[in-house]
Amino acid sequence: MVDFSLWDILRNLLMALRWTVVLSLIAFVGGGLVGGLLLFARLRGGKAAARAVGLYVQLFQGTPLLMQLFLAYFGIALFGIDVSAWTAASVALTLYTSAFLTEIWRGCVASIPKGQWEASGSLALSFAEQMRHVILPQAVKIAIAPTVGFLVQVIKGTALASVIGFVELTKAGSMISNATFQPFVVFSCVALLYFVLCFPVSLYAKTLERKTHGRRA
Amino acid sequence: MEFDFGAVLVDWRLLAKGIAWTIGLTAIATVIGLALGVACAWARAHGPVWLRWIAGTYVELIRNTPFIVQLFFIFFGLPAAGVKLSPEVASIIAMVMNLGAYSTEIIRAGIEATPKGQIEAAVSLALSKAQVFLRVVLPPALKKVWPAMVSQIVIVMLGSAVCGQISTEELSYAANLIQSRNFRAFESFIVATLLYLALAVALRRLLNWAGPRFFFGR
Repeated sequence: MVDFSLWDILRNLLMALRWTVVLSLIAFVGGGLVGGLLLFARLRGGKAAARAVGLYVQLFQGTPLLMQLFLAYFGIALFGIDVSAWTAASVALTLYTSAFLTEIWRGCVASIPKGQWEASGSLALSFAEQMRHVILPQAVKIAIAPTVGFLVQVIKGTALASVIGFVELTKAGSMISNATFQPFVVFSCVALLYFVLCFPVSLYAKTLERKTHGRRA
Repeated sequence: MEFDFGAVLVDWRLLAKGIAWTIGLTAIATVIGLALGVACAWARAHGPVWLRWIAGTYVELIRNTPFIVQLFFIFFGLPAAGVKLSPEVASIIAMVMNLGAYSTEIIRAGIEATPKGQIEAAVSLALSKAQVFLRVVLPPALKKVWPAMVSQIVIVMLGSAVCGQISTEELSYAANLIQSRNFRAFESFIVATLLYLALAVALRRLLNWAGPRFFFGR
């Protein structure tokens, strides 16, 4: 039997950590884009669109991410498309992230006082101009802290992609643990690496939150 | 593409068993997790410095690592350190630890919002420290944060789907078992997902109803 030193374990986990980071970024950027479109649809598309987006949000918030991953994995295959774990994980996490972000952002836009809409409307600004010059600048300020905070959830969510065979940190941890028979050490390292990744983001979100609240108070 | 949901629903007994396990896990995790959350929230707000520190570390460790890693650590990692657990017990421990950490922060926010005058008034009535916390501070704090708490409990219930990965026989495990028998993966997971959705809606309603009745009065 080959002996694995702690360094061997850590080095292999670090190699896998980058896929956790890449997948998180794909989900966050993709989810942000889709979430932005959904937010726009919700604000602008009338009652039916608002309802549809609301339903979409409820579907993703009311079901386990694990099931969403499975459904993406087996669902895309139904269309005769060969799905890799990459595709399925990216699609599922993007949709999941978009649902949460659109809801977070909707709350931020809704927290802008109605008078701002009315005042800018009475200046004969179009919807796009209202958004660009009046609403968004204020909403974005409020939105930054919870958005950064949600990034932690996304990073942690990528761990579930291990279940459909995506080799990121968690999956690598399972594989290394099977090879080394040192599950205690390996999963401690895995947890530690996630912590190192997530904790600074959490702290940053907390700092931002304090700042926004300070400014508004 | 043709769907065959009949092939999934034939195994309704498995699904029912899975639902029962999911509900059971959630119920136990909710009760113990809330108690743990209250204890840690007290520790973080009023405890001695060393206890604050321990509770704070616990909360941050749990909140910044994925649930599945916590579960794997407990189920695969701890036996190597001499603690052997069944999948069910490991699942419950993981869920309790998870809910405990999140509810600590939620409850603490409520506790810190208690006006000082109320505490002073209670102390001047010669209530003991424990009485002040349990009767004056905690109920209004819980009432204030209950909506956030309900959301968190629902999240933990949905998160329990991961417990199937260590062969706890909850709902997602049942779906996996069914699809491995009939090769109807998509249908199995759709059915399970919809069942989860129904459970989430029901759980939310139940907690919104139960909170004012049993935890903080109206």
